Amino acid sequence: MDFSWVSEFWPILLGGLWRTLLLLVLGALFGFALAIPVAVARISPNPILYYLSGTFTTVIRGTPLLVQIYILYYGVGTLLAATPEVRTSIFWPYLRDGFWYVVVSLAISVAAYEGELLRGGLLSVAKGQLEAARAFGMSSGLMFRRIWLPSALRMLLPTLVGDTVLLLKSTALASTVAVVDLVGAANQVRTHTFLVYEPLLTVALVYLIITAMITSIAGLISRRVPQKAV
Amino acid sequence: MMRVSPDDATHRACAVKITGLHKSFGQLEVLKGISLEAREGDVVTLIGSSGSGKSTLLRCINLLEVPDAGTLSVGAEEIRFTPSRGGRPPRLDSHKVRGIRMRLGMVFQSFNLWNHMTVLENIIEAPLFVHGVARAEAVEFAKQLLAKVGLYEKRDVYPAFLSGGQQQRAAIARALAINPRVMLFDEPTSALDPELVGEVLKVIRDLADEGRTMILVTHEMSFARQVSSHVAFLHKGIVEEEGPPAKVFHNPQSERCRQFVSAQHALA
Repeated sequence: MDFSWVSEFWPILLGGLWRTLLLLVLGALFGFALAIPVAVARISPNPILYYLSGTFTTVIRGTPLLVQIYILYYGVGTLLAATPEVRTSIFWPYLRDGFWYVVVSLAISVAAYEGELLRGGLLSVAKGQLEAARAFGMSSGLMFRRIWLPSALRMLLPTLVGDTVLLLKSTALASTVAVVDLVGAANQVRTHTFLVYEPLLTVALVYLIITAMITSIAGLISRRVPQKAV
Repeated sequence: MMRVSPDDATHRACAVKITGLHKSFGQLEVLKGISLEAREGDVVTLIGSSGSGKSTLLRCINLLEVPDAGTLSVGAEEIRFTPSRGGRPPRLDSHKVRGIRMRLGMVFQSFNLWNHMTVLENIIEAPLFVHGVARAEAVEFAKQLLAKVGLYEKRDVYPAFLSGGQQQRAAIARALAINPRVMLFDEPTSALDPELVGEVLKVIRDLADEGRTMILVTHEMSFARQVSSHVAFLHKGIVEEEGPPAKVFHNPQSERCRQFVSAQHALA
């Protein structure tokens, strides 16, 4: 095993780590924020919202994330590139970069998966919890924000952590659209050094460390606010 | 012990007044024109066999169930229910509903403490977010109430770690925290193990002794006899018999009430 390249290529790896973390955090943040309306639409009595949300969930969960990224990057991205107004706008530097297409793809994917998860979570909150909220004069919005959603999230916490780890690994797809994330960085090292295993093993270890960090943070949270007496 | 003599009743303000209340679930008519009144300081107990409508009546008072017809007034807020076409419950003015609920402290049979909050957080929740009380003030009052129900040491504990009796006492503190005009109790001891019933009844008895206005649904007949100023016996959706506990328990006019009371007596 030869790791002498690390001294020369560590800035690339560090940049890759930064981009991977950014993809993870932005994807999770936007994704979870979108998952809430998706879930609410899914339990709403309004048939239009219900079917819209259901179709969205089915389409996104039924197609590979890689295909979604390609459709956005090569499809929508090319369309935007062919529009002069877009090319001259201040957003063009961002719209040229594969990074933001991946962020959007990840967010949409998270919205679909976690929206469905959250729907189940919301439905499994005991009726009495909501009845108490109403009895104390809470409006629907306040009840959702203070009681219903937090109560569901608390129940879903272990699953959400698992899904965040899955999301971390999905970010590796960014390397397929020329984003230099951890995998992209490893690929660069490989083309420069002709080493096969060492760069890949290095980033694999980094992914493992991030995963361990995610689970231990979640462990801290769930110890602080226990769901049930043991 | 009688807390209130009948002649001073008219001098006290009316806290809750119900007239001609009807409520159906589908084809089943649960309340068939109920009228009831609780004045300041009254402890009104609703008794009756299961299915008589007493819990539904209590839930109509804070509009967890929307009556189909009749009027309800809590303090100055009054709502007149008029049946809408198609048998759906009438739509209500949400400001009025909120106004009514802000004056009522509800205690549920199954406690319904919010599981994701500590006991203290449960108690300050409605004062902070519904009543707009400042946090320091809400916390201070919550601590007083917790001391009163004997749970001061448990203030930072989550409900799942409490016994049923402790949860119900916390739930009573939560209801008291909004300074309610009237406390509503929906079978507060029915979900408790027998050895835990006493601690909850004691708290409720203390509230009665303080002169708090309360409406109580209960199966604890000897308790009802002791704390009530007024007892209403419900049967098949109507008030079959009502009056001071001495009259309802010892000299009921209705045959059904007589049967119910003596059956309860035989059980006790």
